[in-house]
Amino acid sequence: MSTNPLHPTVIVVGNGMVGYKFCEKLVAKSTAFNIIVFGEEPRRAYDRVHLSEYFAGKTADDLSMSTTQWYTDNHINLYLDDPIVEIDTTNQQVHSQKGHVLSYDYVVLATGSSAFVPDIPGIEKKGVFVYRTIEDLEKMKAYAQHAKCGAVMGGGLLGLEAAKALLDLGIATTHVVEFAPRLMPRQIDEAGSAILQAKLSELGLQIHLNKTTNSILGNDAVEGLQFNNNTVLPIDMLVISAGIRPRDELAKLAGLQVGTRGGIVVNEKLQTSNPNIFAIGECALANSTIYGLVAPGYEMAEVVAANLCGANKVFAGFDMSTKLKLIGVDVASFGDAFADQAHTRTIVFEDTHKGIYKRLNVSADGKYLLGGILIGDAEAYNMLLQTVNNQLVLPPNPEELILGSRGAATSNGSGVMSLPNDALICSCEAVTKETICNAVTEQQITTIDGMKKCTKAGTGCGGCVPLVKDLITGTMKANGQYVKNVVCEHFNYARQELFDLIKYHKLTTYNEVLDNYGSGDGCEVCKPVVASLLASLWNDLILKQPAIQDSNDRFLANIQKGGTYSVVPRIPGGEITPDKLIVIGQVAKKYHLYTKITGGQRIDLFGAHLNDLPAIWEQLIEAGFESGHAYGKSLRTVKSCVGSTWCRFGLHDSVSFAIEVEDRYKGLRSPHKLKGGVSGCIRECAEAQSKDFGIIATEKGWNLYICGNGGSKPQHAQLLASDIDSATCIKYLDRFLMFYIKTADPLTRTATWLNKMEGGMAYLKNVIINDSLGIAAELEAAMENHVNTYECEWKAAVNNPEMRKQFQHFVNAPAQKDPTVVFEPMRNQIKAQAW
Amino acid sequence: MENTSTNWFLACATTDVPENSGVCVQYGNEQIAIFNFARRNEWFATQNLCPHKQQMALSRGMLGSAGAASEPKVACPFHKKTFSLRTGECLSGDECAIKTYPIKVENEQVFIGV
Repeated sequence: MSTNPLHPTVIVVGNGMVGYKFCEKLVAKSTAFNIIVFGEEPRRAYDRVHLSEYFAGKTADDLSMSTTQWYTDNHINLYLDDPIVEIDTTNQQVHSQKGHVLSYDYVVLATGSSAFVPDIPGIEKKGVFVYRTIEDLEKMKAYAQHAKCGAVMGGGLLGLEAAKALLDLGIATTHVVEFAPRLMPRQIDEAGSAILQAKLSELGLQIHLNKTTNSILGNDAVEGLQFNNNTVLPIDMLVISAGIRPRDELAKLAGLQVGTRGGIVVNEKLQTSNPNIFAIGECALANSTIYGLVAPGYEMAEVVAANLCGANKVFAGFDMSTKLKLIGVDVASFGDAFADQAHTRTIVFEDTHKGIYKRLNVSADGKYLLGGILIGDAEAYNMLLQTVNNQLVLPPNPEELILGSRGAATSNGSGVMSLPNDALICSCEAVTKETICNAVTEQQITTIDGMKKCTKAGTGCGGCVPLVKDLITGTMKANGQYVKNVVCEHFNYARQELFDLIKYHKLTTYNEVLDNYGSGDGCEVCKPVVASLLASLWNDLILKQPAIQDSNDRFLANIQKGGTYSVVPRIPGGEITPDKLIVIGQVAKKYHLYTKITGGQRIDLFGAHLNDLPAIWEQLIEAGFESGHAYGKSLRTVKSCVGSTWCRFGLHDSVSFAIEVEDRYKGLRSPHKLKGGVSGCIRECAEAQSKDFGIIATEKGWNLYICGNGGSKPQHAQLLASDIDSATCIKYLDRFLMFYIKTADPLTRTATWLNKMEGGMAYLKNVIINDSLGIAAELEAAMENHVNTYECEWKAAVNNPEMRKQFQHFVNAPAQKDPTVVFEPMRNQIKAQAW
Repeated sequence: MENTSTNWFLACATTDVPENSGVCVQYGNEQIAIFNFARRNEWFATQNLCPHKQQMALSRGMLGSAGAASEPKVACPFHKKTFSLRTGECLSGDECAIKTYPIKVENEQVFIGV
């Protein structure tokens, strides 16, 4: 490859992750450099962080950071399997092992680290390995075929990774030997270590703490470890993972300053004692620290690449917080994980049953999170880390950060949006919240893959991916791509928030709610929402507050073309006596109403004048009818097939159960209408699976399905529970319906509600059946209250002169009906005039 | 609003109109909607016909306010078209404006200027 004599030459020593990242960053910033890379290993830079995946089936190519083509395309000269053996600082030349001698303007040392191998007698024996490169892995793989019992020396992060590698290699018995009294001594405390140890033991690892190895036993090959207490652990394979040692020998040879315990000394610009030579990654000793993680190495690469291009960046240390999955167990440590007990408060959650340990260190004034430890469940890691790094003020109950808020399902997406714009989301690639949000807004990037391509966020360790997802969703919501779910301009709350506010403050009127939590004078959006919430919560007669009821609820009937109303008496389960049928016929005849059978197995009477509604209902109630709530966002019907009482296939009495269910939930106000169905056998004649809840008889009981929908986007209901008895079915329905009422957005049917629910059916099942939120009793009690306080609102209305008075068209001519109402004849009935 | 030519028609008693709600009065062949916007301590009168689908329905609509200026409005019960109670202007879409009437309350009687 040609070099441009006018361009300065940068020689990169080392082709590991950080050396590669430096090249990537430099070519992205400028083409005005000749870049030459020397690597010791025979392969192009690969992902060492995910090395153990090599045993889990990934190939060396899968792990590779880039292709040969990439180096060609970017005019980078790559020498592999050819380490630099000398830097001649006087003549500004490097010498490679294979004899290349090249002049440089700058050298970037990215030589990384090697495994620290302690000086123990017998360490040279066969069957002793380090865990660092793909070559190491291949050697381990070959040897492991004849090994039955392995050990890892070192219970730190890398040691446990190595132990996983041994498990993956099929070593039947794997031991971990740690010198310190706990596992991962740099990251977690003793209590966390105990939980981790218990989890790892379950997975087949044998952990030995407080063990100093005096010698490695065996003739030619390793046969055992002898500890200082003279006990012996017989093994036939050993992996050393006792820490890392910076590769500083080349620097030392070139006369560069190195630390007493190793590492190439660099200043804040990562310059070594020779200003033309830089050191980055695990070989560099910056701030008297060796940064043994990839993210700070990437940040160092960024600093040097930027400064070569004329910037003035400094490396000011790096957050060493870390989260990883160790043999399937989440382990995370962030911020100040071991904050001094005297000056901090700690919140600790320990569950030895499930193997979860969480610790938060909070500042003495309780305002800020300083750091913490998560074992077994590290889902909250990203948000907690951001809370530390951005010094976000803690909520009044910070324990909710690790326990989750009890009582309500809160969206994970809300928290991330409160982060400042410059919050570092992806520390590997230094991507800020602002960059991610802008990519969503300006370039319409809405997927993780798209975001990786566009911003590189999430391409390093991958730990920030959940956070990036939340940001994408959050930004989309903020942009209105998702319906922003505050109720309207008068209430800056979601329906669920208003539900809780009204409930806990025991508000009973719209005006109270508006005065306390709203602004302005309300509108046609918030009034029905609040009316529905008040009805759901207190089950008071809605006509006590007529002014806030939606069009149909306002007159307890469905307004139809021309301004007349339709009347639907309840016919539970679709079962009706001949006498009741006759009454419906008589009423229809008397008030000249159009009659039609509805889809929900009842009879709708159309064309009623507002003035006639009370009299019509008086007659229907007299005959034993009740309101059918066809006008309300509430339970409509529970459709049934004829069931076992007549049908030769029927397994159970579906009609009786449908009537029981319909009677239980009648009048229940909800975010949208609710429909149910009960089928007496698998032939499903009641079409129960197209309903918000569907019950189908089985040999052993009932199958309960929920969240189905007909309408414009049909969706089958999903199975919640099988072969349950009637009482359990009712219990689950109580919980399901009340949870829906409590949490759904306005005018959201159960199917849409479920579709938008994080965790979907699995989550909902957990809430309803396993009571994962601990609110089942509350939900059941709320339903019991509804059942006990139900009264037919039409019966109440016709018996109340004040309410009855509202059913007039002209306030100054009460007897007169609206003269503009005109009907046209059709098939021996009437129809409304077209508009 | 009041001038010498205004003819005040006694529509109803204040107690005939529920708070924050409307009623309809008959005036000859006209239907006039009267609104008791109690929350604002204001009364309004408009035509009862919603121009959108020609329905006699505005008196059965819901009251509210719109925007930072808190414009008083009514929403038709049919399709929720909203109209300013002050100017009659349609606030949602481009329906034509509705007619508004002067209104006054004296001795618990509601009068409309016609």
